[in-house]
Amino acid sequence: MGSQHLDFTANVTEALADRQLRANFKSALTGLMKKRVAVLPNAEEIERMRDDAEAAKRNALAKLPELLERLERKCTENGIIVHWAETTAEANDIILGIMRSHDATKLVKGKSMVSEEMHLNHFLETHGIEALETDLGEFIIQLNHEPPSHIIVPAVHKNRQQVGRIFADNLEGIPYTDVVEELNAIARKTLREKFRTGHVGLSGVNFAVAETGTLVLVENEGNGRMCTTVPPVHVAVMGLEKVVESLSDLPPLLRLLTASATGQLVTTYVNCITSPRKEGERDGPKEIHLVILDNGRSRMLADAQLRRTLQCIRCGTCLNHCPVYIRIGGHAYGSVYPGPIGKILTPQIDGLAEKGVLATASSLCNACEEVCPVRIPIPGIIRRMRTEAYDEKDDGVVKGHGAKKNLLETLVWKGWELTYRIPALNRFVVSMLGKFGDKLPNVGPLKAWTSVRTAPRFAPKSLHQLAKEEGIRHE
Amino acid sequence: MSSTARDRIFARLHAARTTVSPYVPRGGSWQAPMLDKDQRIELLKKRMETVRSEVHVVPEAEWPAKLLEVLKAREPQTMAYGHDAWFGGTLRSKVKGKGLPKLVPYGENVEAFRDELFGIDVGITSTLGGIAENGTLIVWPTPQEPRLLSLVPTVHIALLKADTIYSTLAEAMREMRWAENMPTNALLISGPSKTADIEMTLAFGVHGPKEVIVLVLD
Amino acid sequence: MAHTFTYPRDVKTVYYFGTCLVDMSFPQAGMAGIHLLRRAGVEVVFPQEQSCCGQPAYNSGFLEEARAVARAQIKAFSKADWPIVVPSGSCAGMMRHHYPEMFANDPEYFDVRKFSERVFELGDFLHNALHVRYEDKGKPVKVTWHSSCHAMREMGATAAAKALIGQLSNVELVEIEREYECCGFGGTFSIKQPEISAAMVADKVEDIRATGASAILSGDCGCLMNIGGAMERTGVPVAPRHLAEFIWERING
Repeated sequence: MGSQHLDFTANVTEALADRQLRANFKSALTGLMKKRVAVLPNAEEIERMRDDAEAAKRNALAKLPELLERLERKCTENGIIVHWAETTAEANDIILGIMRSHDATKLVKGKSMVSEEMHLNHFLETHGIEALETDLGEFIIQLNHEPPSHIIVPAVHKNRQQVGRIFADNLEGIPYTDVVEELNAIARKTLREKFRTGHVGLSGVNFAVAETGTLVLVENEGNGRMCTTVPPVHVAVMGLEKVVESLSDLPPLLRLLTASATGQLVTTYVNCITSPRKEGERDGPKEIHLVILDNGRSRMLADAQLRRTLQCIRCGTCLNHCPVYIRIGGHAYGSVYPGPIGKILTPQIDGLAEKGVLATASSLCNACEEVCPVRIPIPGIIRRMRTEAYDEKDDGVVKGHGAKKNLLETLVWKGWELTYRIPALNRFVVSMLGKFGDKLPNVGPLKAWTSVRTAPRFAPKSLHQLAKEEGIRHE
Repeated sequence: MSSTARDRIFARLHAARTTVSPYVPRGGSWQAPMLDKDQRIELLKKRMETVRSEVHVVPEAEWPAKLLEVLKAREPQTMAYGHDAWFGGTLRSKVKGKGLPKLVPYGENVEAFRDELFGIDVGITSTLGGIAENGTLIVWPTPQEPRLLSLVPTVHIALLKADTIYSTLAEAMREMRWAENMPTNALLISGPSKTADIEMTLAFGVHGPKEVIVLVLD
Repeated sequence: MAHTFTYPRDVKTVYYFGTCLVDMSFPQAGMAGIHLLRRAGVEVVFPQEQSCCGQPAYNSGFLEEARAVARAQIKAFSKADWPIVVPSGSCAGMMRHHYPEMFANDPEYFDVRKFSERVFELGDFLHNALHVRYEDKGKPVKVTWHSSCHAMREMGATAAAKALIGQLSNVELVEIEREYECCGFGGTFSIKQPEISAAMVADKVEDIRATGASAILSGDCGCLMNIGGAMERTGVPVAPRHLAEFIWERING
């Protein structure tokens, strides 16, 4: 999917026409927004938490190479085997190699967005390995052969009837039900059997603590603990931006992550993994591998503005608050990471030629920036994607910079500049619009505008004229 | 191949450093309030009950009676525990008779015990402490009390000594010296396993315990 | 973004930046703003060389064009260091917050920042710098309010606008559901992504209709043009009004 052609307009048309989809998103996301507010303290305290969380992430990015080296050293000392992958293909090969070295054919997976970025499931299946999602939402959409539509609640676009149908159609001997408790019970029974018999467990990583070489996983369901404890081998995958310096960075980050993601003070489990099973211990994996993926991230680090993309803790709250995401849902983005964070992350990973269009899908309303727990300036980076897409000064750094450059738009904006830079020209154009603006042909941008609105009206006398006539001092 | 990938990644990371001036963060300004002992117990109880844990505060000497009451109300068939846990002997002497579960010590490696464990009704564990701020139990599994006791059985019963409840996570990390002592696995547990993945409808017991019962020993 | 501005005291004279949209399409709203400032005892200066804040190009990825137009504005308002009052939260946000970003690596950065610190949104300025008091002379009416995203999130001007409306004794303000949500205008967004924009404005119109108000007030003509155009097209009988124009009418009976 990563490199496939994205027909964003067609996706949007389809998504907007699906009333059920829009209703499912609106109801779920409105609920998440309310829960977030309910669990956060007063505005002043939130800002103090954000100060700390932002500082923890920006500090880690400022020292990234040292912290990654330290993480690698501590993990290795603790008995965790560390692997480095520049690309998703390399990461997939590493995991396949681990599976093969254990003659393993069954992988049970906890939720991991990086593994989605790698398209790991598909890759392993082509090599005869069953890769089973065990997070309930991921399990549902995997059964239905769909990608997640949200980074935290992957099946948010499905209602209970749709889930009931997916279970009845795909699980042996399961009759249709739309009772949520019963659906959960079906998943429990099916998946506990898979945990018991899985050969290797895979997880993501929320925070990797360099100080102690600890992998921190945050979850509610317990499938993450199952995947990281029951099978004899655990493979953790993480983007290289997940490292933080010390344990003391965790309290504000955890607090904001869970509040922002699901409106919780804390999740059911905070699972801190520091080593494989030690001598005398009776359970836990005997072998732990940590796969650290770059896939374009180190490139982001080199730019003071773009590196702030790497502050993201994948809480998904920018999705929940985005008026565009709420209406078109996650699949329309045609990308692993949808919503506001996807609009800045995806073009940087996949390139502006393929995914630059995503940056146009924002009214720059700033809702994302307002709620981001680590204060990523998302609207500013969306603008940067747009600027890089045209790359007027030929100094772009994002993959595919200049991909959208075209003579028509260049001329339009040059004309715009002259009109607003040169006062006499401005006066002339505005007065012409006042006289003839209602006779503009209904084509191009005006046609797009008038599809659902009446045409803009132009006043016979401009504010400049009225002010002058009324004798308002003009300097 | 992997080592060359590493070299190339680090080369880029180090190169990025030269083009971007380091950010000097502020921070360290937020912390949850510090509480006295009664407040800590009360807040932990309140927080944990919000996420459907059952919390009983009992005088230290009376916990076995409370445990029996909790068990009798549910009539489980089996209860797994760590044979050498501090309360192991008490369990062996008290948990016997009608309406009480058969005690199953987690005495083998998981490879041998796994299939049995997945059928067990109750797992009982000690805890290293609790955190009032977010309503969690601090559980550091040990050879005596393995990790899966608090995850696989349908009910998890935890014994928490009231004087080990901290106000905040930061305080617990500091006082317990986590940075120097990280165990194989350190857990914070706030309640039963839960999900809201279907229509944001909260449901408990999706993979792990359906119930978490905490006896706070005061 | 910082919402706590230092407001000037004992203001005698202000510059007025009318914005390109008000200039072309809503000059009466622009004049109402001037009248409200003058009524508060402030002399208003309207440089004729002004045009547009540059936001359309800036948000579209044409940074050089945006910078050229921004420079022209900075120059037009450079003869004195009076506050610059803008009847639009969005344009004010552009000049207050984004001008310094646009010139962050230029020698004129500090001059630009000084310019930016003089920029205020009209309603915010009337309430927090001039402390205006209004007496309502109109008939009882029910209205609702829409903040532009930038008035709300960049200029923190929502509370001031509501405080001004609150001074009008015969005006009942009914708050809209999802007040925090964008109306779908977003400048060139409405052209680049017309379908998403249309879905957003349709929902906004529905929420406005549900309030039962007879007018939708805003401090931003971009939103009003978007919402008003959509309401007119679908026959929703709610009048889009700029806050300044509405207040001016109410206090003059």
